[in-house]
Amino acid sequence: MIAIPYLTALTTYFSYGLLFAFGQFRDFFRKLFDWFTSSNLHGYAPICLGLEDFYIRRLYLRIQDCFGRPICSAPDAWFDVVERYSNDNNKTLKRTTKISRCLNLGSYNYLGFAAADEYCTPRVVETLNKYSPSTCSSRVDGGTTLLHNELEECVANFVRKPAAIVFGMGYVTNSAILPVLMGKGSLIISDSLNHNSIVNGARGSGATIRVFQHNTPSHLEEVLREQIAEGQPRTHRPWKKIVVIVEGIYSMEGELCKLPEIVAICKQYKAYTYLDEAHSIGAVGKTGRGVCELLGVDTADVDIMMGTFTKSFGSCGGYIAGSKELIKYLKYTCPAHLYATSISPPAAQQIISSIKVILGEDGSNRGAQKLAQIRENSNFFRSELQKMGFEVIGDNDSPVMPIMLYNPAKIPAFSRECLKQNVAVVTVAFPATPLLLARARICISASHSREDLIKALQVISKVGDLVGIKYFPAEPQKQQQEGKAVKFD
Amino acid sequence: MMDSAVVLNFVNSAIDWVKLVLDAPSARAVVFGFHIGGHLFVEVFLLVVILFLLSQKSYKPPKRPLTNKEIDELCDEWVPEPLIPSLNEDLLHEPPVLESAAGPHTIINGKEVINFASANYLGLIGHQKLLDSCSSSLEKYGVGSCGPRGFYGTIDVHLDCEARIAKFLGTRDSILYSYGLSTMFSAIPAFSKKGDIIVADEGVHWGIQNGLYLSRSTVVYFKHNDMDSLRNTLENITSKYKRVKNLRRYIVVEAIYQNSGQIAPLDEIIKLKEKYRFRVLLDESNSFGVLGISGRGLTEHFGVPADKLDIITAAMGHALATEGGFCTGSARVIDHQRLSSSGYVFSASLPPYLASAAITAIDILEENPNLLTKLKNNIAALWRGLSGITGFTIASNPESPIVYLRLEKSTGSAKDDLRLLENIAERVLKEDSVFVVTSKRSTLDKCRLPLGIRLFVSAGHSVSDLNKASESLKKVAALVLGGHN
Repeated sequence: MIAIPYLTALTTYFSYGLLFAFGQFRDFFRKLFDWFTSSNLHGYAPICLGLEDFYIRRLYLRIQDCFGRPICSAPDAWFDVVERYSNDNNKTLKRTTKISRCLNLGSYNYLGFAAADEYCTPRVVETLNKYSPSTCSSRVDGGTTLLHNELEECVANFVRKPAAIVFGMGYVTNSAILPVLMGKGSLIISDSLNHNSIVNGARGSGATIRVFQHNTPSHLEEVLREQIAEGQPRTHRPWKKIVVIVEGIYSMEGELCKLPEIVAICKQYKAYTYLDEAHSIGAVGKTGRGVCELLGVDTADVDIMMGTFTKSFGSCGGYIAGSKELIKYLKYTCPAHLYATSISPPAAQQIISSIKVILGEDGSNRGAQKLAQIRENSNFFRSELQKMGFEVIGDNDSPVMPIMLYNPAKIPAFSRECLKQNVAVVTVAFPATPLLLARARICISASHSREDLIKALQVISKVGDLVGIKYFPAEPQKQQQEGKAVKFD
Repeated sequence: MMDSAVVLNFVNSAIDWVKLVLDAPSARAVVFGFHIGGHLFVEVFLLVVILFLLSQKSYKPPKRPLTNKEIDELCDEWVPEPLIPSLNEDLLHEPPVLESAAGPHTIINGKEVINFASANYLGLIGHQKLLDSCSSSLEKYGVGSCGPRGFYGTIDVHLDCEARIAKFLGTRDSILYSYGLSTMFSAIPAFSKKGDIIVADEGVHWGIQNGLYLSRSTVVYFKHNDMDSLRNTLENITSKYKRVKNLRRYIVVEAIYQNSGQIAPLDEIIKLKEKYRFRVLLDESNSFGVLGISGRGLTEHFGVPADKLDIITAAMGHALATEGGFCTGSARVIDHQRLSSSGYVFSASLPPYLASAAITAIDILEENPNLLTKLKNNIAALWRGLSGITGFTIASNPESPIVYLRLEKSTGSAKDDLRLLENIAERVLKEDSVFVVTSKRSTLDKCRLPLGIRLFVSAGHSVSDLNKASESLKKVAALVLGGHN
């Protein structure tokens, strides 16, 4: 729940209203000119339609340079951002050969495995030479190598589940697993801010979907009671099965899931739990085992554990961990296992090696150091930002910290000004967040040094003053004017 | 007689009396020259009654929501189904585990086998140039990209790779996806929404099926690779939907069908598309780098310029021997996906070393056109070798690198068919060290084309490999299926 001040809400609405009005105005003239130059559609309906297209053309393209900035080095603590220029008002951007070395506050490089690593990289290259970059085959055909089996064992052991199955892409993991497990007559209860891959997977399953208020166990209980009592719509038959889907760390909010409460409720109402640890696995917990370890939840109580390797492990792909029977069943039915090419062997090796480093099986204590570092970095950075008066959301220990911007004009302003001073930040707007709740998102890495963070804080503070996003007075007294706030989900 | 007369008399006098009473107050009342009779009082009275009744709430049974105790009981009583159905015997088959790269020859259980299970059409697995470009990319960029394309996950090799693909195919632009399977199921919903019409082949693979489902469009299937059926379907739709001009209409086909090895007759499709004004989405996963004189895919095979097609997608996990997928087309089509395609926006980008591998693979293909000749010769050689095989027909197109063996006589159930085919594949592997696979179907797959044995031919196979495979398949098929026929 984010509280947006009345005045800010008003100005934000006004800004979008203005952008919309001007966009429509320009579209009107565009249509007029197009009418003279005769349409080239020849009986086809236009391929891009409606508001979505309007949003892209009239809003997104104007600030396009803040997104998709190409880099030409590994996404480590510092990276090289390629400079771009535009000759047509940002409609197209051209790369130049100029680069600027920037501090990276955007990549999901939580443990610093993104860059070449003394332990992982030699092993990855060795695997590449042995197995080539791809198997060109699905797991059930000729795509299972010794390495794939080793990876699955390693992951199952790491997340403390009896078995695991891996896929070559995190998004596909969610969107191809849910249709296998759920179907007509079953119910999916999903957190309102779950990731798009879960939403698409749930839609693809054909099951009924209900949403509960973001991270609110009491509302989850309410929904569960109501749904179990009422049964399926119209027929009122009892639900076949119910699964509750939550994420470990919400990537746009930086909030930790209230897992202990949610698991207790699911247990009480016999619903299955599906935990997506895309951002939390490897990043939080004493030994990096994710939110279960951090919040003291027994992994046996979570029926399906999902996670990705893109973030903390610096690789690609995703996994599902669960009971031996579950995994066996998935290996027989899941389309991503049956049809998609298996995960690239070097990427698999990267995961195995990085897990070994995290667990200290490489014979050093680098893993433990990294975990301590990211925790310390995150908590330091968050508390400093809060002290400066930024509206930072999310929980302690989470390496993701969004700073609220709200007004659309502040999105490019914040992003461009930070980049000018060699700090690369991510700004997020619609469609990844609700229209009003645009934000900048900082992702802290274990590879950031204290000096890096202090530099970043200085720049952000300066830009924050310039752009006017310090919505709270600076320390020592931080007052939240609750009476003057409109609540948004 | 007397009685009735008395009654009649009595009634008459009573009516008169009532009339008198009713008329009495207004006996002389005349409004605007109009006599006001007693019936008016009755009517006004009735009106009042009606209005009174109308103003009353209709009767509703009292609402009695469930009490907390009742809900508690219901919750206690509810027993969910297990998360997964109980596993049965059929699920015991484990795929063979490879102990080396999945090249034309690989090692299974310590034994070298000839691999027909990998779609390594150009034999690029293990190619030194490919490995070199990957390892230098790994040293420079690390393994993963650690972010989606929008948020610093765009690495210069991604842009180079997109430009390289577009240049190779002669299209305006292209867009990279991080997984082959997600390419189609993200691209379709980006362009087709509720209300739009999609005509698709019934044999399309699951990635496309899922995309069609997620788009929520009206989907009509036509008979597998049957152009008459396609024409009829298009005709029906055009006449059925009056507002068809305002709807976006698509034909979705695969260039080489993964589920049958058939090649889509693109020339016919283009004619039909232009006649009925449909856009075409073509999946070139198994034809990119295979068909056409220089490997540019189905468009080159039929001599159709690539810009006649609106959207072309392909997985790079086949001929290019890397991973990921791409979509190519006009600049507008590509730009639209950069913000509207969920698998692109919401997913981490392709690991950079796989993008460099794709660039190198296209370079290799351009420099070595003989790879394609080699592949074509190999396909022809396998066809020759397999001719006259007992109990099987070759269902695939003679130019397809997927050689698809279908049972001549199905046992009647897909399950038994699969068991039979798997038995053959297992024996071929065990007895002659030839690794072939059956086509497997997920329970979610709506494709109902017959199952079969699939052989992925590679340019890396030698003539003796192909001979050995066909000999072995013929031998085992005769042993296993000889009795059936």
